[in-house]
Amino acid sequence: MKKSKVFWGYIVLALVIYAVVQLLINSGTVNFYYENMLITICINIMLAVSLHLVIGITGQFSIGHAGFMAIGAYLSAIGTMKLEMPFITAILLGAVVAALAGLLVGIPSLRLKGDYLAIATLGFAEIIRIVFLNIDYVGGAAGLQIMRQSSWGYAFFAVVITILVIANFTKSRHGRACIAIREDEIAADAMGINTTYYKVVAFVIGSFFAGVAGAVYAHNFYIIQPTTFGFLKSFDILILVVLGGLGSLSGSVLAAIFLTVVTTYLQGFPETRMIIYSLVLIIVMLYRPTGLLGTKEITDVFKFGKKGGSKL
Amino acid sequence: MSETLLKVDNLGITFGGLKAVQKVNMHLDRGELIGLIGPNGAGKTTTFNMLTGVYTPTEGAIVFNGTSIAGLDPYKVTRGGISRTFQNIRLFKELSVLDNVKVANHGLAKHNLLSSIFRLPTHFKGEAKMERESLSFLKIFGLDIYKDELAKNLPYGMQRRLEIARALAAGPRLLLLDEPAAGMNPQETRDLMELIAFIRKEFDLTILLIEHDMHLVMGICERIYVLDHGQLIADGTPTEIRNNPKVIEAYLGEEVTE
Repeated sequence: MKKSKVFWGYIVLALVIYAVVQLLINSGTVNFYYENMLITICINIMLAVSLHLVIGITGQFSIGHAGFMAIGAYLSAIGTMKLEMPFITAILLGAVVAALAGLLVGIPSLRLKGDYLAIATLGFAEIIRIVFLNIDYVGGAAGLQIMRQSSWGYAFFAVVITILVIANFTKSRHGRACIAIREDEIAADAMGINTTYYKVVAFVIGSFFAGVAGAVYAHNFYIIQPTTFGFLKSFDILILVVLGGLGSLSGSVLAAIFLTVVTTYLQGFPETRMIIYSLVLIIVMLYRPTGLLGTKEITDVFKFGKKGGSKL
Repeated sequence: MSETLLKVDNLGITFGGLKAVQKVNMHLDRGELIGLIGPNGAGKTTTFNMLTGVYTPTEGAIVFNGTSIAGLDPYKVTRGGISRTFQNIRLFKELSVLDNVKVANHGLAKHNLLSSIFRLPTHFKGEAKMERESLSFLKIFGLDIYKDELAKNLPYGMQRRLEIARALAAGPRLLLLDEPAAGMNPQETRDLMELIAFIRKEFDLTILLIEHDMHLVMGICERIYVLDHGQLIADGTPTEIRNNPKVIEAYLGEEVTE
């Protein structure tokens, strides 16, 4: 039962990280500014990891992730602000509806491949955004006011669950089926894998956690507006996945942390912010063309003397 | 004694106006090892693609084990008991050798999505079973020493073997081999022939193979079908095929008339 030991090891590590940071927050060492940065990091990790499942693992080039984030954000906001649900229930509501939307979008569009799929998902995300823009119930273009309920605790445990579920999925026959689709769809089909089913499953799980991220995001900033969830947001998430290394979960996590920290510090230089940000991206891609970690996982570093076989 | 496993009746497919394959009739009895030969572009791989569901035939019927499978999705055909290899190797390059085989073993595993996500005992049991079975296939093909290597890093001959091992892991009753010996040297081809004979007996397989290496085809096949220009021009035992004037014509060209 070595595997379950590793699993509990990670759980303990997560609890320790949580407790330490929580203590620092309580003692005031980590002020509101930094707590906010930590929550943003958590949100970005969730977005990156959930898109990593769709693009990095299953190989389906979707660039409409912000759409599902928007659904999570709006539905959870409706839950807390209009229906007076507890925050947890609202998060679940947002995530489930985002997953349903993923199912609805995924079934027709995942028949497409490559560029065509990218354009279709981009289109769907815009549709979602424009729908929210035109519903007065959620404030239309003016946005929806929200009470801040997200905290380090919520954000962190949402991240832990996201990573656990997606890592567990990846390291099973189901995840292997998805990787096979990424590697060679025709061969995967010929080996008895229901390719449509697995593409949709990966898409739905990805949308679910994008919804969770959206819900946490919505309750961290006092207002949400449809413009936040435009296609630029989708590209931001895509950048995290590509920068981390397509196919690497820990890469996505690292990239999310790295870029969030960079963006946060760059807020002090509003004029040159985007120039520096772009330069950072270009430099990373020049020196690490396959992303920060390539297809490797950070855990591989500790497996000495083992060749190849980076995944699973 | 002989029990028909696969019956192909008047099979044909047209791409646009091109009749790629037409009026092909075949029948395979259980346990047979049959060859499918023909010059380049004769429609052999197209026939394979129809048998495995990649193409939907425009006419005719394919009956496997008593059920019609023409036009079924490839994964359903594979689950039904037909698996294949590819002429131009299509391994999952970035996956390890062991994982390549595990992917094919997927259809035989039972543990579901939720058990994997929540790491229930059924997940561990199911994965352990897959690991055991996949390793046993690798052993047969002498690939177990490479199990953690990425498939793309294997030498060419080993990649061909891995393709067969992978096809076998899907649990087929009928195995379709598309040029399994392509690019191999004579020694590798001989080893491969022995291996094919072995797995056929061991797994009670029926095998249909496309091959250009006449030595291999004549050596191990019990019957041979010959395709030319999308049509079946001959079938029979290797000796019959060797002396069939139509076959000689297809391969060597028409005799010059005065």
